[in-house]
Amino acid sequence: MTATTAQAPILRARNVHKAFGSNEVLKGIDMDIAPSEVVAILGPSGSGKSTLLRCINRLEEINKGFIEVDGEQIGYKLQGDRLVALGSAAIARQRSKMGMVFQSFNLFPHMTVLQNVIEAPVGVHGVKRREAVELATGLIEKVGLADKLNAYPRQLSGGQQQRVAIARALAVKPKILLFDEPTSALDPELVGEVLATMKDLAKQGLTMIVVTHEIGFAKEAADRVIFMDGGHIVEQGKPEEILVNPQRERTREFLHRVL
Amino acid sequence: MVDVSSPQSKSRPEALPDRQSDDLRDVARAHRPIPKGKVLLWVVVLLFAADFARAVGTNENFGWPVVAEFFFNRTVLEGLWVTIWLAVVSMVLGVMLGLPLAIARMSNDPLAKSISGLFVWFFRGTPLLVQLILWYNLSFLFPEISLSIPFGPSLAAWNANDLITPITAAIIGLALNEAAYMAEIIRGGLLSVERGQKETAEAFGMKPMRALWRVVIPQAMRSIVPPSGNQFISMIKATSLVSVIAMADLLYSVQSIYNRNFEVIPLLMVAVIWYLLIVSVLSAIQSRIERYYARGDQQRVVFDNPETVTTQEEAPL
Repeated sequence: MTATTAQAPILRARNVHKAFGSNEVLKGIDMDIAPSEVVAILGPSGSGKSTLLRCINRLEEINKGFIEVDGEQIGYKLQGDRLVALGSAAIARQRSKMGMVFQSFNLFPHMTVLQNVIEAPVGVHGVKRREAVELATGLIEKVGLADKLNAYPRQLSGGQQQRVAIARALAVKPKILLFDEPTSALDPELVGEVLATMKDLAKQGLTMIVVTHEIGFAKEAADRVIFMDGGHIVEQGKPEEILVNPQRERTREFLHRVL
Repeated sequence: MVDVSSPQSKSRPEALPDRQSDDLRDVARAHRPIPKGKVLLWVVVLLFAADFARAVGTNENFGWPVVAEFFFNRTVLEGLWVTIWLAVVSMVLGVMLGLPLAIARMSNDPLAKSISGLFVWFFRGTPLLVQLILWYNLSFLFPEISLSIPFGPSLAAWNANDLITPITAAIIGLALNEAAYMAEIIRGGLLSVERGQKETAEAFGMKPMRALWRVVIPQAMRSIVPPSGNQFISMIKATSLVSVIAMADLLYSVQSIYNRNFEVIPLLMVAVIWYLLIVSVLSAIQSRIERYYARGDQQRVVFDNPETVTTQEEAPL
């Protein structure tokens, strides 16, 4: 199923259900992600793809099933055969293994670019300030914003802000990088620079789960495409199979509309 | 020079005289006529103001020589000092208590929520004067104050009369009242920060308290500072209420003087001028603090008004 089945998966999701009140958004998701795998999740809006991503780092609590990252169940702990809910400190520790990039960037507006990037390494991971600054400076350079270290987010364009957000997510050396529609809030001419940065990362062997509408990115950079609709995974496989020759009618319809 | 667009010059063959009049139309050389109505209004208002200043200044009933005589009077200065430290201490305690109250009120915990709600309801809902008198007369209600296990044995006990002096009654009264208002101001500020900010902080593994301190509160300060300044200024003036419990604040001091020499108005003017001076200093401090917390917002300022940016960057604080 996965592109690299040899290694143990870094993420396992089993029969994940999530409902907001009576509105069931995820209806039994099973998913394995291998280390270094780049997975693009496609699907119409309302298909549950963003919710799935938010469940992975427990911004949303799931109602049934489980999600495991790096061998640890998210939000719970098995003690003997009793499953116990974790407290906020333990959940914070689990989340610190993941980096997330949001649709609306969510940079901290009262901090400069550099401060944004070193905040989690220094404050959460206990990295020494000097080392964090060094690491952060390198990452900010890598996303092409070396001259904006001391700028505040509001002084940057949307594309630049999102690249800073990517540097911020990389700075925590995450086991998994989660992207929640990272280009959907950008002006069309700024989408390219963010996608280019993401394609770079994909080549470097980072584990990435990307919820996106960019079919082009899925085709070029993803190892696997998952197509979701109505809270189910409809179909998944290599991008060239799913995007060129989808087996399911629903996938074909969706691709026909977006391409 | 003005660049004449090509389609226009094509449509009008006699380009030369036109170009001349086009130059005349350059808005950069425009004159702005003086708005006569506005000038007239200024003159009238200034005249009235000058006349009022003259009327007040030359009115012997204000007793300006007496004002000057007592402005730096020892008793007045001591009262001024009491007013300032009482306001500062009560405000600091009010903020320290108001912040946890605000957090408690926004939490999902029903116990914390209702305790905080009850506190705000009571201390905001009763007159400060009554609260001060109640605290001052606490020994009448509870002659002995003891630290004990509920319904169980007492661990330590104090005589309420020893504990409650005018100073403690004033501080407790003002601080608790202030805490109730500050709790609501802070809660409003915390609510003004976009929900995604807290979420992002937590997504990066910050514990809820750290997310609050590092991400939410600094942003909330922008909407907390202006009403807090307001609140502090009312607090400065509210300290004058403690004169009813024999606390020698600024107002009490001038009262004690005019009770002896009957120069009521001049001494009240002394107090008024001192209050205005304190408030002016506070307003200046407030605007510096506001500028500090607006630091991430420079871009917006640039668009609105290019001149403010320089002052913005100079403000170190």
